[in-house]
Amino acid sequence: MKAILADNLIKTYRNGEVRALNDLSLDVEEGTVLSVLGPNGAGKTTVVRILATLLIPDSGSASVGGIDVIKHPDKVREIIGLSGQYAAVDETLTGWDNLVMFGRLYHLGKNAAVKRAEELLERFSLTDSARRPIKTYSGGMRRRLDLAASLIVQPKVLFLDEPTTGLDPRGRQEMWGVIEELVTGGVTLLLTTQYLDEADQLADDIVVIDHGKVIARGTSDALKRQVGGERLEVVVEQSHVANTMEIVARVSGVSAILDEGLRLVSAPVITGASALIEVLRLLDGAGIHPLDIALKRPSLDDVFMSLTGHAAEDEVVAEKTKKARGRK
Amino acid sequence: MNLLHDALIITKRQLLQLSRVPEVLIFSTIQPVMFVLLFRYVFGGSIATGQPGGYVQLLMPGIFVQTVAFTLAATASGLAEDMTKGLIDRFRSLPIARSALVIGRTLGDSTLNIVVLFVMGLAGFIVGWRPTSGIFKISLAFLFLLAFGYALSWVGIYAGLSARDARVVQNMSFLITFPLTFLSNAFAPTTGMPHFLQYFAEWNPVSTMVAACRTLFGLQNHFGVTAGSFPSQHPLIMSLIYMVLIMAIFIPLSVRKYNNSAKK
Repeated sequence: MKAILADNLIKTYRNGEVRALNDLSLDVEEGTVLSVLGPNGAGKTTVVRILATLLIPDSGSASVGGIDVIKHPDKVREIIGLSGQYAAVDETLTGWDNLVMFGRLYHLGKNAAVKRAEELLERFSLTDSARRPIKTYSGGMRRRLDLAASLIVQPKVLFLDEPTTGLDPRGRQEMWGVIEELVTGGVTLLLTTQYLDEADQLADDIVVIDHGKVIARGTSDALKRQVGGERLEVVVEQSHVANTMEIVARVSGVSAILDEGLRLVSAPVITGASALIEVLRLLDGAGIHPLDIALKRPSLDDVFMSLTGHAAEDEVVAEKTKKARGRK
Repeated sequence: MNLLHDALIITKRQLLQLSRVPEVLIFSTIQPVMFVLLFRYVFGGSIATGQPGGYVQLLMPGIFVQTVAFTLAATASGLAEDMTKGLIDRFRSLPIARSALVIGRTLGDSTLNIVVLFVMGLAGFIVGWRPTSGIFKISLAFLFLLAFGYALSWVGIYAGLSARDARVVQNMSFLITFPLTFLSNAFAPTTGMPHFLQYFAEWNPVSTMVAACRTLFGLQNHFGVTAGSFPSQHPLIMSLIYMVLIMAIFIPLSVRKYNNSAKK
């Protein structure tokens, strides 16, 4: 069964001037994780807001857990959890206060709400800070508490809108751990992200969107293959360039590219780290000591480059100027 | 039933906030108490009232009304903050009645008004305020004040839902409530104002509320309001009409605004 289904969603703003969603469709099989990958302004948040009953599309239809989100939003709200880009919790209250309050709003009895709050605090390693106002929490702690608040009644379908944007690497790692654990518990998850590695780590399936439209869909491996996998990059002394080109090409299977100014030799590889070791071994055997060597994973930019022919970054800038103008 | 349950949880949230940041309550009480002292001792001596018991008898009802009117700003900025911080999205994704959030907030602000009015009544008593009408009418006056505060908090809800920034809406509310409370009979007789202002001051809901409270506290003097106009003749009825009007306009407007925010 499809736990999430979106059909030809269209959403425009400012009388059709801005098309946030342009005929977007997607579906998520029950118990699986779909990552919606795209740059800022691609329409990720708009999709989530429609599916979570916060926004009504101009046209198209959507259902969550088999329930129509436009016709029966109240029923949908009973089975979903939502955790957005901002930590949507009351900052002056403590973590404990917040979870108990949300528990009560989910119509748990007083004791049940307290019990559930304490379970969740424990599970998200927040017990020590439970009695402190959220204001004093780190970014990672806030996000974890926000996520906890969306799990009070064990939702069937969970929406996470850019759960790690703005977190430091440690906070990000912790958040990933928590999300992975959730997924093992069998929840259906739709997760939006700007990071390919995040989608790669957490999702079964990835949908890439741009300008409110799905431009690619597949497993992370399939997408990477489409992008060309990783690139191996080696910087060597001028005298070793020719030899290095040959070695890299031999491992890669296709001819290497040279950036003459940087003396940087590069080629796509599909075997990742073992290709790196192989190249190092061969270079060593030939008596070449690389000045720098790296395995570059494809970024969102690379995905966008290969799928749309334009960089994702440009889009971010364009969107920001658009927003800035809109504010004036 | 569920609506009330949910609304009360939102109310409780607001009271919890106050207990976590008690400064808010302290400052929202100190300000009106400062007004009491300021008008009682600085201006009070220069305002001839002919009122037995002195200026403070006329002043206190004025300050009570001003205080409940100022709560509007807190309602508005509190709600605007929830809107901008995304907290409202969480509430709206919960299986609760959508109006619970705003109803809960208006009830929370009324609770805050009870506390502030109590402290101010005490402060007034200390500086010589002595209502003479008996416990029933005095209680009725306070109920009246709370009802007026409740009606106005719906204006605050509307302002909070319309604004994009909590600080802007706070200043905006002040820009409305400040002239409203001063262009009235609350602190000085309206008879000293230029003609067009007198007219405004007499029909000003703040004036009718102040006059109504003065009556309920046992005063005859409505502070210079020229006799004859309907609001000066029937301040109680006029105030009730205003309250009903304010709620009849701003409750549907707010509910519509709140529901419409789903479409954006």
